[in-house]
Amino acid sequence: MAKVNLSATSVPIRETRLGSITGFDGTADGLVAESRCGIKDKVRSFSQCLGCSTSQAACMVILVQDAAVISHGPVGCSSCFHEFAFTYRVNSPLRGVEKPTQRKIYSTNLDENDTVFGGAAKLAATIREAYERTRPSVLFVLTTCAAGIIGDDVESVCEEAEEEIGVPVVAIFCEGFRSRVWTTGFDASYHGIARKLVKPARERRTDMINVINFWGSDIFKDWFAPFGAAPNYITPYSTLEKLSHSSEAAATIQACPTLGSYLAAALEQEYGVPEIKTAPPYGIAQTDRWFRELGKMLGKPEVAEKLIAEKKAEYLPKIAALREKLKGKSAYVTGGAAHGHALLSVLRELGMSAKGASIFHHDPLYDNDEEQGDILAHGVRDYGDVPNFRVCNKQEFELVNALNRIRPDVLLARHGGMTLWGAKLGIPAILVGDEHYSMGYEGLVNYGERILETIENDEFVKNLEKHAINPYTKWWLDQTPTRFLEGACVQVTDSSVQTTDTEDRRGVTA
Amino acid sequence: MSHLIEQERYTCAIGALQSVVAIPRAVPILHSGPGCGSMIAGFYERSTGYAGGSTSPCTNFTERDVVFGGVDRLREIIDNTYKVLDTDLQVILTGCTAGIIGDDVASVAEDFRAEGKPIVAVETPGFKANNYEAHSFVVNAIIDQYVRGFEADNPARSEANTVNLFASLPYQDPFWKGNLAEYKRLIEGLGFKVHILFGPKSDGVSEWQKIPRANFNILVSPWHGLPIVEHLQKLYKQPFVKFPHIPIGANETERFLHSVLDFAKDNGSTIDFNAAEAFIQRESYAYYEEIDNLATFLLEFRYGLPNHVHIFHDSGYVLGLSKFLLHEVGIIPKEQYVTDNTPERLWEPLQAELDSASGKRSIPITFDPDAGNSQDKFRKLKHNGRGLIIGSGWEKELAKENNCDFLSAALPTPYRLVLTTNYAGFSGGLRVIEDIYDAVLYTYK
Repeated sequence: MAKVNLSATSVPIRETRLGSITGFDGTADGLVAESRCGIKDKVRSFSQCLGCSTSQAACMVILVQDAAVISHGPVGCSSCFHEFAFTYRVNSPLRGVEKPTQRKIYSTNLDENDTVFGGAAKLAATIREAYERTRPSVLFVLTTCAAGIIGDDVESVCEEAEEEIGVPVVAIFCEGFRSRVWTTGFDASYHGIARKLVKPARERRTDMINVINFWGSDIFKDWFAPFGAAPNYITPYSTLEKLSHSSEAAATIQACPTLGSYLAAALEQEYGVPEIKTAPPYGIAQTDRWFRELGKMLGKPEVAEKLIAEKKAEYLPKIAALREKLKGKSAYVTGGAAHGHALLSVLRELGMSAKGASIFHHDPLYDNDEEQGDILAHGVRDYGDVPNFRVCNKQEFELVNALNRIRPDVLLARHGGMTLWGAKLGIPAILVGDEHYSMGYEGLVNYGERILETIENDEFVKNLEKHAINPYTKWWLDQTPTRFLEGACVQVTDSSVQTTDTEDRRGVTA
Repeated sequence: MSHLIEQERYTCAIGALQSVVAIPRAVPILHSGPGCGSMIAGFYERSTGYAGGSTSPCTNFTERDVVFGGVDRLREIIDNTYKVLDTDLQVILTGCTAGIIGDDVASVAEDFRAEGKPIVAVETPGFKANNYEAHSFVVNAIIDQYVRGFEADNPARSEANTVNLFASLPYQDPFWKGNLAEYKRLIEGLGFKVHILFGPKSDGVSEWQKIPRANFNILVSPWHGLPIVEHLQKLYKQPFVKFPHIPIGANETERFLHSVLDFAKDNGSTIDFNAAEAFIQRESYAYYEEIDNLATFLLEFRYGLPNHVHIFHDSGYVLGLSKFLLHEVGIIPKEQYVTDNTPERLWEPLQAELDSASGKRSIPITFDPDAGNSQDKFRKLKHNGRGLIIGSGWEKELAKENNCDFLSAALPTPYRLVLTTNYAGFSGGLRVIEDIYDAVLYTYK
């Protein structure tokens, strides 16, 4: 089923495109099973601040080296973007960027007047001025709730500006209120890139593989070298030139399908770049499958077998030693969908037990519609079920409640703000920012050592626990974690269904 | 009409949720789109407090709410906030979504207040104002909808020697906690009781309830917070004394404290004025003992020290730091850049205030929230000698580009961690000196 339509100005949100959900309480196996037959979403009658599509879209374009980025909205809608400027600078050595340049980030700074008379003229002026100041190769324009509601015709403004200044001006539609699944913002930026910047292939290169990822370390250079190929990292640290020729790659792989689902599908469907559809290489079994798939796709299965054998000879003994040390330890996982699933595989490969998980959302299947891409399903088959599996979009109150009753030996987190409550409860907690850190056979060693170190060095969290400030009521901590998830179920299986029915939610009050 | 902003140094109105977070055991409840809270958390960093950041309740507007209104959803979230979170004060803040569709949050708050809940509503859609202005909206809303409910026990101006202090904006001033604590120490040193209202050195909501008792108010700011003291003047007939910028070092701190004493005398305070004067003398003496020790280093360090400074900061810091560095450290302030969107009518008076610092020179100020534009202006300048830039994380890049020394003292900055450091007062001046020369000496390897 074709999910990519590059003639449309914007990409449908995940809830309608993939049937993604943000509320579930059960087991991993149950979630996989339900996902195959039209899973129903649940809503909460209490909620805390979520993430926003616009910041997810922003991080994928701010780190494009020769780009300038404009947030079309009030000044607040780009408040956190300075963090991506920092990320760009700090991680540039990992990607061999010797002279990181200042990130060029603008806000159209919409005011009350603009909400009445429209902000299109201001956007046009901002594009012109940003171009004059910066001379970027490409300008990205991010939309916001205010711009969306007042109905500015951002697409037309960008098209006219592009004609005037002569470099691409890409409109990215990522208003926060459109979706509860903020990773929709990744799709939005990729949609803009795929429809406006990627050019038809001039040739099919066998020596280049697209890697859709964040800003993690460059592990793929070594992995691809035996196949005679090099990674083309997209989109952070890429350039307009590199993005435009990503259509010529031999294949596309993803560090995290929650991130890259849409771009990988677009590159395959529109530009003929085959996507490696099996889930990313986390855990031994999946790493085997992944390298074999890569070898098959590149027409070099023997290279893959040799690589697997060599790496296993080197790392399996180390993994076995770590298993011995981690035996009997338990963990709880919180993170975005695919990476959270990956951590569940990693910890169980290391001989630990998974006591539960709070995963930010769930995509029943990714844009390629392939079951082999379902990393959670692989995990259940390879390592068994996971109890206390909750889909919970960064709702701290649920996480605190769950951790308080489950008390694992360690909390594994992937996103900022979530480790705090492990530590406050005296539970050692890890956040690894580098998405490549636990990948492959060597990743199991990296991550295993890190877990061990964290569990052993728990003096800090034990002390913090004694003095931790807790704003949650005793009543709440005595409830079940999903007390406020008793919501009406709304079926979202058909792409014609719009967002969830708020009216149904009214009757949910606890 | 507003103009584009490159490299924003402040955030929008809903950023004033941090003023709620700064009140012990208070909780902001956001009636906004899903990203507003995380945007603000991303701007300020390490700003969760008791129930901010990921803890704050939020209605997380959906498309449906935009079409049909989100008031019922808000009621539901508030109802359940009382079950889940243990807080003393709840402040509803609206975002652009609620603001544009016109949800009536005031009546939601009224309904809950009718049930005896300490809850306040304030409109803070991002397009309406920035957080420098919205701080006053939040404080005035708390005064009108919460403090007024306790007037019976707290008669207006009933305590001749009590004052309310409005100074550093919580979180927007990276040194707010330390500054408020230092103001409190200094003003208590003069013999007053002082309400600082924000931060761990305040008494939380019980201190807010006592606001009417104060004899007068002190505002330390060029313009941020002025609507608060004006409001209190109308409401409780409390007069206010205004000091135009953060006082850093001895000259301005002494001037500040004397202005408070003079005002107190005129308004019938009964503190021991001689003892207050003696307190200032003691503080001043201790300060100059350090400067005396330091002077040799400043005069003789032969490997190079900065001789001029450019500051990118809000109006209060640009004035305070410029005066201090000129007179008390010997670093000459050159072109200065005020990033806080100071109203145009104040440009001339603030320029005059800074020029009054020296009969010898004018220190030109550029007022422009478009700090990227100011950086471009800076790039065209040429000065002899070693330069220092004081500013946000964005200026670290600029300093590197231009071989300048750099001190991170403004937001946003991922390059510095501040806990309870203060830049206000005598000790604040000494800390600024330590920080500058720490950064300078660190360059010798």
